Amino acid sequence: MIQLKVNGAEQSFSGEPEMPLLWYLRDVLGMTGSKFGCGIGLCGACTVHVNGQATRSCVTAMRNVTGKEVTTIEGLDKNGLHPVQKAWMHVNVPQCGYCQVGQIMQAVALLNSKKKPTDHEIDEAMSGNICRCGTYQRIRAAIKAASGEMT
Amino acid sequence: MSPIENVSRRRFLTGGIIAAGALVLGVRSYPKLSSGAKLPHDTNADHATLHTSAYLGIDPDGTVWIVASRSEMGTTSRTTLPLVLADELDADWKRVKIEQALGDSRYGDQNTDGSHSIRSFYDAMREAGATARFMLIQAAAKEWGVEATECETDLHVVVHRSTNRRTGYGELVRAAAKLPVPKREELKLKPKSAWRYVGKGQVSYDLEALVTGKAIYGMDARLDGMVYASVEHPPVLGGKVKSYDDKEALKVAGVRQTVPIDPFQQAPGFQPLGGIAVIADNTWAAFQGRKKLNISWDNGPNETYNSDAYKGELRETSHNPCKVVRNVGDADAVFAKGAKVYEADYYVPLLAHAAMEPLVALAEFKDGKATLWAPTQNPQGVQDTVAKELGIAKEDVICHVTLLGGGFGRKSKPDYVAEAAVLSKRVGRPVKVVWTREDDIKFDYYNAVASMYMKAALGADGKPTAWLQRSVFPPIPSIFDVNAVYGDPAHLQQGWTDIPYDLPNLRIENGPSKAHVRIGWLRSVANIYHAFAIQCFTDELARATGRDPVDYLLELIGEPRTIDFKGVEYPNYGASMDAYPWQTGRLRHVTELVAEKSGWGKRKHGKGTGVGIAAHRSFLTYVATVVEVEVNDQGEVRIPRVDTVLDAGLVVNPEATRAQFEGAVVFGTSVARSGQITATKGAIDQSNFQDYTVARINEVPSQTNVHIVDSDAPPAGVGEPGVPPFIAAFCNAIYAATGKRVRDLPITNYGLS
Repeated sequence: MIQLKVNGAEQSFSGEPEMPLLWYLRDVLGMTGSKFGCGIGLCGACTVHVNGQATRSCVTAMRNVTGKEVTTIEGLDKNGLHPVQKAWMHVNVPQCGYCQVGQIMQAVALLNSKKKPTDHEIDEAMSGNICRCGTYQRIRAAIKAASGEMT
Repeated sequence: MSPIENVSRRRFLTGGIIAAGALVLGVRSYPKLSSGAKLPHDTNADHATLHTSAYLGIDPDGTVWIVASRSEMGTTSRTTLPLVLADELDADWKRVKIEQALGDSRYGDQNTDGSHSIRSFYDAMREAGATARFMLIQAAAKEWGVEATECETDLHVVVHRSTNRRTGYGELVRAAAKLPVPKREELKLKPKSAWRYVGKGQVSYDLEALVTGKAIYGMDARLDGMVYASVEHPPVLGGKVKSYDDKEALKVAGVRQTVPIDPFQQAPGFQPLGGIAVIADNTWAAFQGRKKLNISWDNGPNETYNSDAYKGELRETSHNPCKVVRNVGDADAVFAKGAKVYEADYYVPLLAHAAMEPLVALAEFKDGKATLWAPTQNPQGVQDTVAKELGIAKEDVICHVTLLGGGFGRKSKPDYVAEAAVLSKRVGRPVKVVWTREDDIKFDYYNAVASMYMKAALGADGKPTAWLQRSVFPPIPSIFDVNAVYGDPAHLQQGWTDIPYDLPNLRIENGPSKAHVRIGWLRSVANIYHAFAIQCFTDELARATGRDPVDYLLELIGEPRTIDFKGVEYPNYGASMDAYPWQTGRLRHVTELVAEKSGWGKRKHGKGTGVGIAAHRSFLTYVATVVEVEVNDQGEVRIPRVDTVLDAGLVVNPEATRAQFEGAVVFGTSVARSGQITATKGAIDQSNFQDYTVARINEVPSQTNVHIVDSDAPPAGVGEPGVPPFIAAFCNAIYAATGKRVRDLPITNYGLS
């Protein structure tokens, strides 16, 4: 039995310990905000926070999140919209939107560790997240907008 | 053009609450809803008190229901078309609720492909809005005892100015619903000066859902009691299962059973590929079970297909006389005179779509009916394909369209949806088929691999006196007819038969090529390889004669004129030549403007930097693009800046249009930098984002400036036209920076990255 916290709630899982966190979230808990994109940690669509760190949930086995705190887009901000989500809306980032949850989770982790990232630091932190619609220019702009808003 | 017609038919809804006359325009006839129960295809718009069109309904509380009949894959058409209707209705956008249509022929064409959602439905949306507004005004005038001509609307309210009376739309719908539907000639459309939304820019109706994870894509669809499926497809197109052993697969925890799927018959079309499906309690278990299958394949005749050899065959074909698809003057006579001749071969490999959401579909077969939830660009195509696969009537296939996590043309082919339907029937419960990224890359309908041979003779002034171009590519119709080998007019028109240059002697040819994989539409389609060849060859000629590429390009385009396609089969993207003539003056204009906006010839470019230009019309939109690159000694290419100018006629949603063109240069960046699918012994070599790489944030243009030409011409496409000129301009910029001429994409073939 694996115990963990998801968005602040205690959960226990008795299934296959090798199952990636992504499929636990999506198929077992029914939390579909985190997306399946590649299954091997190359696209970032599945990004969640594990103990505050941006983590690719598609390659993170359940046995590795025992006792950990997982935060998904559904639990990003209890009070409504997180400043990064607001910036995403303000800049009108999404096109199809499928990758954007992962992009936002990655951007939040970046801004939590770096208040005012440079272009280079944004590229470094965000280059693991693919957007096939090509919204990168706006992602960069939204991160900069959010960096001014987060305290 | 407009799917709306007055069918002069009344239908009475009991609706459970009140009986109200509902006016029906262009709505397919359903049985009378005497029970008040909703039929599967009914929308809230259908059941609204005032129902003037399949796309619109208004309720007494003032809620305006607008039906989005096209699929949303990121272009914002689900917002932009309702916006046109809302503008003409003079509705308050905040009181509009958008509903997604099911697959249903009453909406007309729903295949969201070919960059024509706005073009084809702009008039229909305006008429739907204007019709309801007309009737609301009539109702108010009747109530007030005044002439309708004295009344007007003002954001969800009808107003009689002289007596200062105002009544909200919601209060008027019951009375309006009893009035006759106006004829089209009676409608007065708003003048441009009165537009509230059109041309102003609007973000997606779904924006908040998109950033909170609440948006529902096909991947997120769920039904009680559903099981998950993952399918091992034949590795070679047309292959079959010889035998298989599923003992180990069935031992995987969560795996329930395996189900063989029949291979397709004759040409693949949109039929399932066949193979062995693993059915499980969750997606992960299905994936794991699949890895344990032991299958022996009969690969069939496509096993002989190897990309390297195939490339040689295409090139060989293009070096010999082929089928003439357009001819002006006598190019051969000029070549024979021994003028200075330039030749070049261009090549673009197979390309995969790789939308971020892998293919997925949920199906429930019950009581002889199939209900589907799918991220599809083509819900009526789903109905046709599933009906055929299951042997049921099209009306018994109900297709719900979820949001699409990208489409780019792949999701207009419903093979994956048919797979789910077939499995649900076999398993007897709802089945969700989930493709892995590897499935998505290996079993695509690829953009055709293409080889282009270009030849020009130049006169003393450097201008071409004769021009010959031959393209060879496996055509899209080969998915329906395995013997189709020549390009069809619908794809030869894409930047090939419509070369816009004013040339005295021109011959355009196309050669035969047999397909060994499924070929399909991908964002910009044949324009990708055709524009690449023509616009890079133009740059080569400019450089060879020491001319400035912009000046030279303008000289070849020539004076403003309308291209005469006499004797050429030119479908013009399905649009009339009267409404959408091919006007070279517009291509000139965007070319001149992009030169100006980009500071062409004015900015200094140091060592390793350079700029390139290309101009191209596709999907009826004129685009010119200037790309600036910076290449270091290791061959690493940076793209500091892109300027692109577009003339798409009336641009309904400039905000969404800018986003589409920003995205198009990123899509083009992926094609040019690393886009390449290859096959060995018929099986695709690539599998995921490690070997089919797409552009990441550090590889794309640092700055993309999109300039929209203000135009009153009818609206044209915006989703695709940004891609083709970018790729050519990018390669021309690389030449300017390095002297390396990219003729075979991707650029990695030249030691560049």
